[in-house]
Amino acid sequence: MRNEDISSRPLCLSGRGVTKIFTTGKTRTVAVDHVDFEFHEGELISIVGESGSGKTTLSKMLLGLLNITEGEILFQGQPRDISNMHKRREYWRGIQAIFQDPFSSFNVFNKIDTVLLDCINMRGGKRLPMEKKIEMMTEACSFVNLKFAELTNKYPFELSGGQMQRLMIARIFLLKPKILLADEPTSMIDACSRATILDMLLQLRDEVGMTIIFITHDIGLAYYISDSVYIMEHGKFVESGSADDVILNPKAAYTKRLISDVPKIYEPWDLNTVAQ
Amino acid sequence: MSKTMLEVKGLTTKYITRFHEDVYAVDHVSLKIEEGKSLGIAGESGCGKSTLALSLMGYYFPPLHYQSGDIIIDGKNISGMKPDDVRKNVLGTEIAYIPQAAMNALNPTRKIYKFIEDVVKAHDPKQDEKTILEMAKSRFTELGLPLDSLDKHAVELSGGMKQRVVIAISTILKPKVLIADEPSSALDVTSQKMVIKMLRDMMDRGFIKSMIFITHELPLLYNVTDNIMVMYAGQIVERGSAKEMVFDPIHPYSRGLMKSILVPEEGMREHKLAAIPGTPPNLKKPPQGCRFAERCKYAVPSCRFNSLPMIEFEGERGYRCGHSVQHLREVYQHEE
Repeated sequence: MRNEDISSRPLCLSGRGVTKIFTTGKTRTVAVDHVDFEFHEGELISIVGESGSGKTTLSKMLLGLLNITEGEILFQGQPRDISNMHKRREYWRGIQAIFQDPFSSFNVFNKIDTVLLDCINMRGGKRLPMEKKIEMMTEACSFVNLKFAELTNKYPFELSGGQMQRLMIARIFLLKPKILLADEPTSMIDACSRATILDMLLQLRDEVGMTIIFITHDIGLAYYISDSVYIMEHGKFVESGSADDVILNPKAAYTKRLISDVPKIYEPWDLNTVAQ
Repeated sequence: MSKTMLEVKGLTTKYITRFHEDVYAVDHVSLKIEEGKSLGIAGESGCGKSTLALSLMGYYFPPLHYQSGDIIIDGKNISGMKPDDVRKNVLGTEIAYIPQAAMNALNPTRKIYKFIEDVVKAHDPKQDEKTILEMAKSRFTELGLPLDSLDKHAVELSGGMKQRVVIAISTILKPKVLIADEPSSALDVTSQKMVIKMLRDMMDRGFIKSMIFITHELPLLYNVTDNIMVMYAGQIVERGSAKEMVFDPIHPYSRGLMKSILVPEEGMREHKLAAIPGTPPNLKKPPQGCRFAERCKYAVPSCRFNSLPMIEFEGERGYRCGHSVQHLREVYQHEE
């Protein structure tokens, strides 16, 4: 489902002149340099760039884990306020994340039931009867093609990487945040499980209406999944627009290079254009 | 007919768990690589790709044990050799191996040229340090790596550079076979391309005579290797040339894998990405018949009982399935 009228939807998250400068001693590193963005509700946005282009710094700022040096971020049209822990918790009800490494995303001491129960409790379901909670957990697990009955009393490390990443999505399904930030969720799992994860993200967007920010270095992946694409180079957005515009008719030299770096099957892959 | 560099006949290796159960992670694998050719091995996590790579080196450590089969490198059988002999006479000169996180293999307290000294001296203790340094310099120049990286510590290099340096170090003695086990999975696309270009350069210049490339990224395999083998649950399920395998896969599992390809080319968005349902079988108790039968949508009851041999067709190609090639092609055509 690719909607044409995405730009007419209300804004979910937007930023003006967002900048992050890391200072160590006298050296200043500009990681993210005055970026502007507008993410609409129910949109799937990809942020694409190489390692070191500032993708992860930007994502940490969006999550409120890093302070912004300059500029502002608006959440649902209002300036975002995360000045104290209470307000920050409130903000995190609206935005959640899936990280790259599924093996380090879970607390190793907590069983899987606990992981999922915590999510229900966070959504205010603390007083619900146990049967209802189990029903909710089973529903979440079946959403990601896992069997809840097989997972009870297991620890996260007993699962495979793909299963853990799916469990992460089950958490998101229970929490139902407004925005999901996925930071390279498929880079550590193999190509078959990748298709499953991507399909689940699309399902979250279509059925729950979540805004998904997908961070990746693989432009093929971004092209398949996203409504709009932002290309990031050295902390700046060099190109943005709908996925078809950006990837089939790239304008910036950087985008062209990124596309030429991905191995293709229908066109020849020129190894001589490699950057040094 | 060019010279056969590596020939493997019916190699079977097993893991012995602490409860004394045998897990056959590589089960009767046969393969053949000729000089100047490269072979790609594809398959999902846990199908035995990496175990195959370890087994091919003939360097067995518990819990991995050798069971049967022959590994012949350039006419020399290395199966059944003692680990010490293998280390002295096979690794480095006959076979070199690059693991996925090769860049983490560098000791942070030593400089890069020290590692090269170690490799050369392990095989020829009498080598003079100056000659080794000259050799390293000329090799680095030929591969287009900056010479000042020789005098640096590992932490000063970027991830992609470290990976390329490790490849240069492990191939300094011109091995006959290079086994690259997911060498670019931890890198971004730009560094990945540099690594691939370097591997291709090494093949062209004859620093390595043949290569086995293991990955789950099929578009990459298609561009890098001449032949592709698909592995499932410890067995080879299909083999053929890269082009045939990508555009005309016969085995239902290879076909499923090819459906997971993602490339930034027109028409990809409308293309439905299909995942193979289910999980691979537990190799402690492998299924009696076809190992893929549980997850295969074309399976018939007889698939679950008859064990299957590798069937050859169209010259070099081979597959392992109960259905005939013609039947499978008709079914696929009907689906589209």
